[in-house]
Amino acid sequence: MSAALAVVSPGLLTTVQDLGRPGHAHLGVPHSGALDRRAHRLANALVGNAPEAATLETTLMGCTVRAVRALRTEMPVVAAVAGAVGPVRVDGRPAAWGAPVHVPAGSVLEVGPATHGVRAYVAFAGGVAPTPVLGSRSTDLLSGLGPEPLKAGDVVPLGTPAGPPPEGADVIPHAAPPTRLVLPLLLGPRADWFSADAIRALARAEYRVAPASNRVGLRLEGPAVKRSRDGELPSEGMVLGAVQVPPDGHPVVFLADHPTTGGYPVVGVVPAAALDAAAQARPGTAVRFVPSAVG
Amino acid sequence: MSLRIQPYGPEALLIDLDDTAQVGAVYADLLSLRDAGQLPGVRDIVPAAATVLLDGVADPRGVAARLADLEPQSRPQASGDTVELPARYDGPDLEDVAKLWEVAPAEVVRIHSGIEFQVAFTGFAPGFGYLVGLPERYAVPRRPTARTAVPAGAIGLAGAYTGVYPRRSPGGWQLIGTTDAVLWDLDREAPALLMPGTRVRFVPEDGGGKP
Repeated sequence: MSAALAVVSPGLLTTVQDLGRPGHAHLGVPHSGALDRRAHRLANALVGNAPEAATLETTLMGCTVRAVRALRTEMPVVAAVAGAVGPVRVDGRPAAWGAPVHVPAGSVLEVGPATHGVRAYVAFAGGVAPTPVLGSRSTDLLSGLGPEPLKAGDVVPLGTPAGPPPEGADVIPHAAPPTRLVLPLLLGPRADWFSADAIRALARAEYRVAPASNRVGLRLEGPAVKRSRDGELPSEGMVLGAVQVPPDGHPVVFLADHPTTGGYPVVGVVPAAALDAAAQARPGTAVRFVPSAVG
Repeated sequence: MSLRIQPYGPEALLIDLDDTAQVGAVYADLLSLRDAGQLPGVRDIVPAAATVLLDGVADPRGVAARLADLEPQSRPQASGDTVELPARYDGPDLEDVAKLWEVAPAEVVRIHSGIEFQVAFTGFAPGFGYLVGLPERYAVPRRPTARTAVPAGAIGLAGAYTGVYPRRSPGGWQLIGTTDAVLWDLDREAPALLMPGTRVRFVPEDGGGKP
């Protein structure tokens, strides 16, 4: 048996995430996967993992895990934290954020509450390795696929490290967490459900990230986006970053666990590259859209 | 006429069609093209009520140009097996549906089990198919209040669609019956029993509704 993690505290919500389970949308299976893919990749790179390896995705409050010794090795577990910024401790002693950290067998790795951002990604050399479902270890909170969110007492297996962590993987620079989020918005496919005035108003409006935001969507509070037509849209396919406008007019930006089909008009799409920052925006963060036509 | 294709963000295309029949035909054509290697760099093809989404498209402009000449046309149904779902017409909303249809409950069973359905598209949950085949005059509204827990295997109606809940979940469809068929099983090679295009019949377990 390889090493494993025993969950001491899962914080507010800690899930296993990788790059998701693409290619099953026609069966109603969401894409899922890490919300801040850049941070997920970075954490993996710091411990010498491929980008596909699964990490732990925490939510605001971090998480605490104990390294469980592998049967025939005294090797410490190598971990790294990226994404949301917060204190990292091993057995109560401060350890590096954004750099490889050695966690001896039996020791406790504590990822503290985030001081900036929302979601920390905790990578372990060899990857977090619960049984994959449809090719992915991601927890999908919409459809319930993949491992359950972590609970205290859970034991999560780790994979076998490919090799020693890369040399010189030292402290990484991190972008300042967003105090305001500026989201490019490629208009369509249902921008014609809104008047030109409504689109102009959307471009001027300032929204706030609503507390009800989750892995399914970034929910926004602010001026309602007015539709120029009534009626229902027949269900149609939804994509990552789609900005759906429900009847109350408050836009929802679809994140990784979004439903595969939906019946509210999509005014535009936020490109995936801008969603990493969206995943780190706390409730109350100011949000603006910059609409443009698809180039 | 050519397909109405529009961009949907930086890496997807949405094809607008007139109806579910066109969706079925275009979806089948797209699968054939993909199988023939003609749609490289397309990750997901997702049919819906009156659209087909192509997502994860490496070159949306190139793909849109290649598909522009595809003709949306309804074709004869492809041959293939029909999935038979054993059904008990014992749902809590059977009486309400009978009233909406202005027939006796036994007649609802006879009508519903006499139709060959087809999966138009999926959504809501993994393995949840939207089955078409019920004539529009039998369309029913959703329940005014959604149930917090609908059991797995519940057979429901909403609009002119029939659906079967793959697992216990909240739901607002009018429940007319139950099946013991397993709609979604990750231990099967194909986890979803019902996929877009699958034909489906409901077979009353007790022979109810049959003379």
